[in-house]
Amino acid sequence: MKALIRITLKNGVLDPQGKAIEGAVRGLGITGIGDVRQGKFIEVQLTETDQSKAKQIVEQMCKDLLANTVIENYAYDLVP
Amino acid sequence: MIKASVIVFPGSNCDRDVKVAIERITGYAPNMIWHGDASVPSSDLIVLPGGFSYGDYLRCGAMAAHSPIMKDVIAKAKAGTPVLGICNGFQVLCESGLLPGVLMRNRSLKFICKDVFLRVERDDTFFSRCYRKGEVIKVPIAHAEGNYFADTETLDRLEGEGRVALRYCDETGTVSDAASPNGAQRNIAGITDPTGRILGMMPHPERLYEAALGGTDGRRIFESAVISLTADAA
Repeated sequence: MKALIRITLKNGVLDPQGKAIEGAVRGLGITGIGDVRQGKFIEVQLTETDQSKAKQIVEQMCKDLLANTVIENYAYDLVP
Repeated sequence: MIKASVIVFPGSNCDRDVKVAIERITGYAPNMIWHGDASVPSSDLIVLPGGFSYGDYLRCGAMAAHSPIMKDVIAKAKAGTPVLGICNGFQVLCESGLLPGVLMRNRSLKFICKDVFLRVERDDTFFSRCYRKGEVIKVPIAHAEGNYFADTETLDRLEGEGRVALRYCDETGTVSDAASPNGAQRNIAGITDPTGRILGMMPHPERLYEAALGGTDGRRIFESAVISLTADAA
């Protein structure tokens, strides 16, 4: 099993990198886009096979290290 | 005698600067403590230096905050040992939960290395007693992630408890958005814990501690600590 973890900035937290990406995309002449927000994607292989225990492990990882919950949200999927 | 300990993380690069500054100012060489050690020797002062601990992987200071040594730094800080976190050290203090908030990417997205003006907000705390309240000092910053962020409730609490130590300002001491090099909320350049004995600051006082370096405005952070420690002992 592996965990696919997405870490994103909370709403209202300024994202200058997202803004810069947005500007660069527009600079390419690509239209039809709105706000851009950037974040992190982390993939963790899990040796734990029990679904609920795996969830606990991922929750703890996210809270204690992977995300800074002052400014970031996290979400994840457990996939085979 | 002042027993200071400087914590050295892989990627610290201001550790020796602050060591020399402390040695010249106090007359005593600090211990240099490797991040993988389990404990800090009994110290009068612990310094978390500037640099790029763990290559700034994940978030600045995030990995260092979980270094083996930090368990003991946190325990000693909570027991009253004064801690000074400079630049990356401030980021580590925030990531370890000893100080609230987080240092985000500068709003310009650029690494900024220049002298900035700071307004001293307190002159009665462990690290500030040699300054005058409202005094404008010049100290360099050198960071890409110094944009202080916390939610409004936390900011109001910091202000209410007098825990904003330093603010970015212009030469006249006026605090304005234009005077903020990095977009920090409320121009915050440094904050303390409720006791004032834990100080996190983005500017580098160890880079301007004697005239040969171009200024001495950073020196009194360390002199304040020496006087405070002498007062503690009395």
